[in-house]
Order: sequence, then structure tokens, then C-alpha cells
Amino acid sequence: MKLTGAEIFVESLKREGVKTVFGLPGGVVLKIFDVLYGDKDLDFVLVRHEQAAIHMAEAYARATGKVGVALVTSGPGATNTVTGLVNANMDSCPIVVFTGQVSTNLLGNDAFQEADIVGISRSCTKHNFLVKDVTDLATTVKEAFYLAASGRPGPVLVDIPKDVSMASAEFHYPDKVYIRSYNPTYDGNKWQIKQAAEAMLRAERPILYVGGGVINANGSDELLALAELLNIPVTMTLMGLGAFPGTHPLSLGMLGMHGSHATNMAVHHCDLLIAVGSRFDDRVTGKISEFVPHAKIIHVDIDPASIRKNIHVDIPIVGDSKSVLHDLLEQARALLGGKRREGRTPWLAQIAQWQSERPLTYKADPKVIKPQFVIDMIYRRTRGEAIISSDVGQHQMWTAQFYKFIHPRTWLNSGGLGTMGYGFPAALGAQRAFPDKPVVCITGDGSFQMNLQELATAMAYDLPVKVAIINNGYHGMVRQWQQMFYQGRYSASRLEGGPDYVKLAEAYGAVGLRATEPHEVEEVLEEAFAVRKLVLMDFQVDPFENCYPMVPSGGAINQMIYEDPPAAGDGRSQPQHETKESNLPA
Amino acid sequence: MEHIISLLVENKFGVLSRVAGLFSARGYNVDSLSVGPTVDPSMSLITISTRGDDQVLEQITKQLNKLIDVIKVVDLTEKEYVERETALIKIHTRAEDRAEVFRIIEIFRARIVDSTPTTYTVEITGDAKKVEAFINQLRPLGIKELVRSGRIAIARDDAKAAAGDQKRRQTVVEAK
Ligand SMILES: Cc1ncc(C[n+]2csc(CCOP(=O)(O)OP(=O)(O)O)c2C)c(N)n1
Ligand SMILES: [Mg+2]
Repeated sequence: MKLTGAEIFVESLKREGVKTVFGLPGGVVLKIFDVLYGDKDLDFVLVRHEQAAIHMAEAYARATGKVGVALVTSGPGATNTVTGLVNANMDSCPIVVFTGQVSTNLLGNDAFQEADIVGISRSCTKHNFLVKDVTDLATTVKEAFYLAASGRPGPVLVDIPKDVSMASAEFHYPDKVYIRSYNPTYDGNKWQIKQAAEAMLRAERPILYVGGGVINANGSDELLALAELLNIPVTMTLMGLGAFPGTHPLSLGMLGMHGSHATNMAVHHCDLLIAVGSRFDDRVTGKISEFVPHAKIIHVDIDPASIRKNIHVDIPIVGDSKSVLHDLLEQARALLGGKRREGRTPWLAQIAQWQSERPLTYKADPKVIKPQFVIDMIYRRTRGEAIISSDVGQHQMWTAQFYKFIHPRTWLNSGGLGTMGYGFPAALGAQRAFPDKPVVCITGDGSFQMNLQELATAMAYDLPVKVAIINNGYHGMVRQWQQMFYQGRYSASRLEGGPDYVKLAEAYGAVGLRATEPHEVEEVLEEAFAVRKLVLMDFQVDPFENCYPMVPSGGAINQMIYEDPPAAGDGRSQPQHETKESNLPA
Repeated sequence: MEHIISLLVENKFGVLSRVAGLFSARGYNVDSLSVGPTVDPSMSLITISTRGDDQVLEQITKQLNKLIDVIKVVDLTEKEYVERETALIKIHTRAEDRAEVFRIIEIFRARIVDSTPTTYTVEITGDAKKVEAFINQLRPLGIKELVRSGRIAIARDDAKAAAGDQKRRQTVVEAK
């Protein structure tokens, strides 16, 4: 029996096991939306802006481990997806984005709502397709899902012209696809793995430095077993948080620009750095020529191009994090003959000393709400059992520092691109996947306003996300840099003009709450978690709190700034740091 | 150092722009580029000459391999290879220069493929150095127009390579 392209498309999604699609309609995709009308199996979530649909699909993928899916129209609908695509590409997240396109006979004619989205998205997708013939549609969908989820995951875009969705063809959905030019390596080279396991046993001061790749590969169990067997402390990148339990004695939390003193010192002084599913981002390494000066480096990554891109590696292992960690574990077990690697006491004691020297902490205040206090309270209430999304800025770094993630896939954040506006739609995408889990979005007043139109989506689909706005009245991170490196000249970082978040919430029929003093924080959280409804919490925090420790961009990671310099006069008058922003790439 | 990279790619629309886009996005040099069909109509061959140190070249080959439509990447400079480029050169021919033009053409074994009362069009084929040298010789005589094909190259089959004694990078690259 023949089906229309639109029917083939929808059938293909079902064959891929897709449950939820995020998106927004328009002229050239009407045929597809018509097929979706009344469909009982596919859950379509109508957003208010296409950028949000992509972040939702990404968060859905991150939280569930399945491929996230979005469907939008041509032209502006397609161009609105670009930020989300770049975001997913940089954070290696498997999503498939379907865009409508003008009919094939109009392609290249500057037709109404025509945008060359395949050209535009070439550099920000793992791969993309323009389907020119309805007979290719099913196979293309299959290939798109396969490419998105396999190897190093990433976004794939499929552009479907209107006439292709209108035309008819026999429907055959392939069971398998084979792409001759694409054969990702999953299993690490045995010899290299042996070398690595021996080096890990030999090392006196090893550190595991793990990233989002471990979460993508579902390798947390293997990581935990390996770290415990070999007694190796684990530090995580921003994207890696949750890969290893933050409450574990071997956890060092996040490293890098806003890593803790002990973590950065431990990394700096290690004699073996075992990087797994992490990519030596400049926010992690600081000045690369001074990064881990005493260490040999093992780098495990599924993407060969990540290895030796930024730094020399002694033992490269191309492979899937889970599979390689598993093999390393086997090797190490064999070498140890069933025992645990002991004798790390001096190293662990040294790290403990760094920890007690300068613990990660903040000064609570009886009068003003400290932003870290809010995050601490959210942690105490949820104990690492909630899904947490965040945005970009100080609040993000404080969340990474003070919320202890214990499970993988519970932390949704924009790492590589640093996209303000990611957090709220991400929370909604995850909540749609897990309607009964607590989902909290810890956001900034600047970031939240970049996608607040999605309040309507949350209400329409009854998504009871708790939004905690760390409201400091500033683009706080920008203000912090201006204070530290631009003599307190707060150019365009003050956020004036509201809104009143309580009224805003009420306007949508959500619950709005506000805390202006520390003792109210607990009450607000209590109330917010008591209702099964969308809640906006306006935490009016100290506008001048800064995020420390901080490695100034381009500096070595053992050279941190720990606090505001002694304040001049009234204590709030723009304290100055000696440090100048370096010319090295920020 | 100069490298000639031979890229076997799917003969699909948009592949060239994926390759070119990668070079521009990552700031790699392209000195010359040529594209053509292969014996297998489903594949094309792209020859790129580029420059960079070992680390840059390692990244270039890895990033090219990462493109889904790229089937195989070979850095020919790592092995024995034969390269050719063709140039078509239109030169002014004043009567007093003709003998000199003929002399140069003779030396380089180039040939005249078209002529008018005031110009000759000369074709030369050879490796990049020879083409370059030829152009430099003609330059003082007044080049009116110059078209170069871009370099193409092919690996020599030698016993060593057949025995698999290849450099590490090639094996990594070809393992894909
Ligand atoms: C889309 C986008 N535009 C600009 C920036 C640059 N930027 C980084 S942090 C920041 C300020 C964020 O302000 P807010 O969300 O209030 O967070 P805060 O730092 O105050 O906690 C800005 C503007 C960005 N990361 N993303
Ligand atoms: Mg702010």
C-alpha cells in the first residue's frame, strides 16, 4: 500500500520508538501536522519558539538516553533552530531535527520562507540531509537516527520539502542501515588498554578526569568500580557532573575555571591524568602549556579527532567510554589479582589537606540572601534525587559547585556553547519525559528572560517544573568580569525593567513566590515543592556576590583567585583585583 | 610543511562544501583543490594541497575522516607519489620575444595549443615545481591570463607499501 510522504514520516518515527516530538507548525509542514492530528501514539509538544523545541528535545535525550526529536517549519522556523543545533553539537547530544522546506521545484528561488537550512546547519550538525525524493524518506529517517545516536552522538537535521511530504510511495522501513564511510570504533585497542591499566597501577598521584562522554555511554557503573578498585580520585567537567556520585569520598567535584581549590591543585600536581569522555576544553585546562606539568596523560574518547587536538597524549585510546572503562577494569583486576590498589594514603591525604585549607564554601549572611545558600537549600531538599537544569552565568557555576549530583542524566546544562536560555526549556523537556520526577530549573534573571515565553508551554502541558530564579539584577557573570578586569565599569550588565516574576507567574496561571530575606528561602521552597504545578521562585539575592575560586581566563589552574580583595570604604564599592585579564584566548 | 591529501568521498550533493567548510571553519589552508569522478560512479576524488605542522595535519585528517560522506583520507606526502598539475597560459607575443618564448617552451616541454597574431596560449603539465618555474620564466614576457588546474596526485605502488610498512598515521587514517 502506498503512503504519503507525511504518513511515511510519521510511521518512520514510530518505528524508531519515538514517543515525544517538540515543535511548531507552518505552511510547508501542514501535511505532516495533519497526519499528527488525532494521532494517539505520538505526543506532540507545541512550543512558543523553535529554539526552545530544540533545547527540549536535547534535554529529553539527555535525561532519557534516547534520541530527542523536533519538527519545525521552513525559513524562520528552521533558522530558529540554529542555536539549539550548535548547542547539541558542542555537547554531543543525540537529536534529530526535521525541518519543512519549500517544494523542490522552488529550491534556490528565494521562495517565500525558503532558507538554505542544510547549508546553514552544515557546520553545526553531525550530519544533515535534504530529502529530494519521497522514496528516500524512510531510509533517510533511519540513517538520521542511527547517526545521531551512534559513535560520538550529535544533532542530525533532515530537511523535507513540501512536495516530498505530499507525494506517495510504498513504505518500507529498513531494519538496519549501513553507511560505508561511517564505522565508529567502540572497543579500545587491547594493547593500549593494557598500557593504561599498568600506568594506573603504577601512578602515585593519579586523577580521573571525566566528562559528558561517560554519561553518553552510560559508563557510570564501570567508572565507579574502577575508581574504587584503584583508589583514584575523580574530577568531573561541567558536562560530566553526575557521572560519578558527588557524595562519594573519591569525588573531587568540578575542575577548571570555577573548580575548587583542592580539585585544581590535585589536577595540577597529579602524575597521571586519565581523561575519559572529556576533551580538554580551555575552561578546564586554563593555560594549556602549564596544565598538568608533572603528568602522563591517558585519553579515552570515542572521537579520534578529540585526541591530541589540544594537548599531547601519552596513551590515546579511541573507543566508547563504557566499553573502555570495562576493559580497563578487567585488566586492572587481573593485574591486582583480586585485591584493591592500596598505598594511596599520601596522595589522598594531600588532597584532604588542600580541601581543609580552602574548602568550597560561602559566607552566609543574616540580612541578604546569598545565592549559594539558595542552591544549598535546594540540594538539601532534593538530595541529588531531582533533575536539575541550569542556565549560564554565576548561578550556573554555583549550581555546579554546590549541588551534589549523584546520578547520571540528572544534570542538564549548556556546556560547550554556554547558551543563556537553555535551562527553562531543558527542564520542560525532561519533565515531559519524567512527569513524576522533581525537576528544578536553577536560572538567572538574564537567562530566564531569554526563553520565558515557554511558561505557556509549561502550563498547556501541565509541566510542574520548579523554577528558581537567582535574581541578582545583573548579568552577574558579566558584572563579575567587569568588576575584576574592567575597573567596575558595569557596561550593559545591569538588568533593569523587571518583570515582577510573581505577577508574571500569575499571569500564566502558575504559582509565583518571592524571597527577599534569608529566612524566607526555606518557606518559599517548602511551598513550591508542596504544589504539583509550575512555580516561579524569585530569590532576590546579593547583587554583588562573586563566584570563586576563579582561574582568570588564560591563567594556569593552580593560580586561583579566592575572594574579593579587601574592600575600599563601604564594602560594596567595586573592589579591585590586581589580576589583569590575559591576552590569551578567553 | 606541504601536504597533498587525497580524499575519497561519496558522490553526493553538498560534499565539496562540507570539505571546504571544514577547512574554512577550522582555519586550515587550502593551496589548491581539485575534484573529479573515479572509476566507481558512486564516489568522487578530491585532491587538496595544504600546509601545516604534524599536529595540524593530524587534526586535518581526523576532522576529514569525521565527515560522514568521507570514505577514505590519505596523506600522500607520507608515501611515494606522482603529482601533476596543468596550467594554461596566455602570453603576449611581440615579434622580438618569439624566439625566447619558443626556447622556454622547448626547455620545459610545454606546447602551444592556440595562437592569435598577438598571443600564444601555452599548455604545461608537470609537478607543481615545474609549472611554477615555467610561469616564472614567462612572467617577464608578459602573461595575459593564467589558469591552473590544481594539483592531482596518485600513490606509487611500491613493494614496501605492499608489505604494509606504512607510517602510523596512514594506518590510523585508513582504519576508518
Ligand atoms: C545567548 C547568550 N548571550 C550572551 C551570553 C554572555 N553571557 C554569559 S553569562 C551572562 C550573564 C548571565 O546573566 P544571568 O542569567 O542573570 O546569570 P547570573 O550570572 O547573573 O547568575 C551573559 C550575558 C551568553 N552566554 N549567552
Ligand atoms: Mg543575574
